Amino acid sequence: MSRIVLTAFLPFIAAIILSGLVLWLLGANPVAYYTIVVQRGLFSTGGLQASATHMAAPLLIGASLIVAFRAGIWNLGGDGQFLLAAVVVAAAAPNMAGILPRWAALSLCLALGAAVGAAWSVLPALLKAYQGVNEIITTLMMTFLGVSLANVLVKLVFADPHTTVPQTRTLPVADRLPHVFHTTISSGLLVGVITIILVQLVMARTAFGLKLRMVGASQKAALHAGLPVPRLIFSVFGLSAALAGLAGAVDILGVQGNVRADWNPAYTLTVVPLVFLARLNGFAAIPLMFLFAILSIGGESAARRLGVPNQFTLVVMATLLILLGVSETLDQRRRNGGPG
Amino acid sequence: MAALLTQNFITALLLGAVTASIPLLLAGLGEQISEKAGVLNIGIEGMMLMGAYAGFLLAYRSGSPWLGFAAGAAGGAAVAAIMALLCVFAGLNQVVIGIALTLGVQGLTALLHHVQFSQNYPRLADFGVLKLPALSAIPVLGPALFQQPLCVYLAWLAVPALGAIFRATHLGLSLQAAGDKPAALDAAGVDVVIIRGGAVLATGLMAGLGGAFMAEIGAGIFVPFMTNGNGFIGIVLAMLARGKPWRVLLGAMLFGACLSITTALQVAGIDVPTDVIQMLPFAAVLLALVIFGRQASLPAALGVHYLRGAR
Repeated sequence: MSRIVLTAFLPFIAAIILSGLVLWLLGANPVAYYTIVVQRGLFSTGGLQASATHMAAPLLIGASLIVAFRAGIWNLGGDGQFLLAAVVVAAAAPNMAGILPRWAALSLCLALGAAVGAAWSVLPALLKAYQGVNEIITTLMMTFLGVSLANVLVKLVFADPHTTVPQTRTLPVADRLPHVFHTTISSGLLVGVITIILVQLVMARTAFGLKLRMVGASQKAALHAGLPVPRLIFSVFGLSAALAGLAGAVDILGVQGNVRADWNPAYTLTVVPLVFLARLNGFAAIPLMFLFAILSIGGESAARRLGVPNQFTLVVMATLLILLGVSETLDQRRRNGGPG
Repeated sequence: MAALLTQNFITALLLGAVTASIPLLLAGLGEQISEKAGVLNIGIEGMMLMGAYAGFLLAYRSGSPWLGFAAGAAGGAAVAAIMALLCVFAGLNQVVIGIALTLGVQGLTALLHHVQFSQNYPRLADFGVLKLPALSAIPVLGPALFQQPLCVYLAWLAVPALGAIFRATHLGLSLQAAGDKPAALDAAGVDVVIIRGGAVLATGLMAGLGGAFMAEIGAGIFVPFMTNGNGFIGIVLAMLARGKPWRVLLGAMLFGACLSITTALQVAGIDVPTDVIQMLPFAAVLLALVIFGRQASLPAALGVHYLRGAR
């Protein structure tokens, strides 16, 4: 227990203090900032429900990254996979909503998002499995390509003819993912929570998960043990990217309703530190994503109120990630060097 | 189509290509130094952005573009120093720290810019050009290649200079050994950590200069997030160049041409949506990786932390 406190809690506190110092140096009041974050993100009913709804997409992105990282694949292309899936789903959903019953249209849209996400990972998967090309580079390039392609689609192909603003047709609220009971929380949250738990169970408890983790630990050893490594690499990319695509679908069907031109929440790179903080454990990731959601929802209000750019959240994330890495390394050294 | 081939169009295309290629060239050469020494420097995007911010700020405040370049190099190197400290000395994961540094610099420069300039984007004075005698009189090529600011020629000179260092000096050999077989370098009495740390610092310096060039000469302004993946393209250039600086130059020119095609097409009066054009360089990178991917060679010990005596 004390190890968890030392390696996760301490860096978190230190990151809050250090980034607060940055705010203070810039002339803003860090205490006021964090107070607004907590008040608006956690302690107001509307804010809490917004935070819970906002968790869905980061949870799915987290699930996507956990699958990939545990298998030793650096899929950093989640933003492109997310955005393209979001655009295609946003374009398809209003059409389907008119013809199919709500549950069928929504399920089809979720599947469509996952499929689009997976499709955007085929090229990096091919290059990794058969050419050995570093997937960090290819997935990042696919993200830049995907973000531009998404913009092209929004502006030229799927643009709503009834508005002058470049955006897709808006899905009526009645056709979106239903709310949970009598709250304003979208059921996308349930999709996110269930998915990340499933991913955790598959990776930790099934033979398939073990095979993927073997590929992650050592591709040579996995080959030696007779595993079909290229095929497994394909499954990892496909699964990971499908989850990122699902995140895009859930964000559109549950929160956004449409895609505006140049919209890009860029979740992936900010979720990377969180899944590492969770030690690639799906259960541990859930409270962290909640924290992230509070920080985004509350941070937005706080930034607006104090006149600080929203990008301050990036500084908090970066500090957290670096301190986390340092504490992890120190922890490992102590265990290697110390008795036992 | 005939309008595409006029002299003006080709000159505009080349001129834009050179301006867009210099940041890529500097970043690619910088990354090459790191990769040779065995460090995969994902933080280069952040180093470049810090260079762009610091370079712009000092050039704007002092009125001297050269002070701006010095500040850009220092800014890039400062971010690189954190990377060297955490990844080379302490052995933290190079990818995680690289992403963290990029995110942090993105947030920090956006914040700092906001505090200083609010929503304004002041423009720097034009940088004077140096016409090379005789060469600049060549039709088409002359105005594009030989009527450039002095720093463009200096950046080009870095290509043969680095080539000579890699090929013919003890330092070049040490860099290569640090990336391929660090234990052998250690056994030969050279400190691997110092060589790798120095390589990361050199990368930061070059990337910072590239960023400063982008802000001071390419754009003339600083906009948050302005490097927009140029650092990552630099990594690809270094991967495909297989350790040869002149290949980085070639690649940078090709991608620079992709980046500059927008303006050139506008000169020719052809309207293509900018989002389509923006896809070009990245599509080109992927195409290059599909065709040459198998040949992209990386040092054996790339990304592996060196710990003396560890097996």
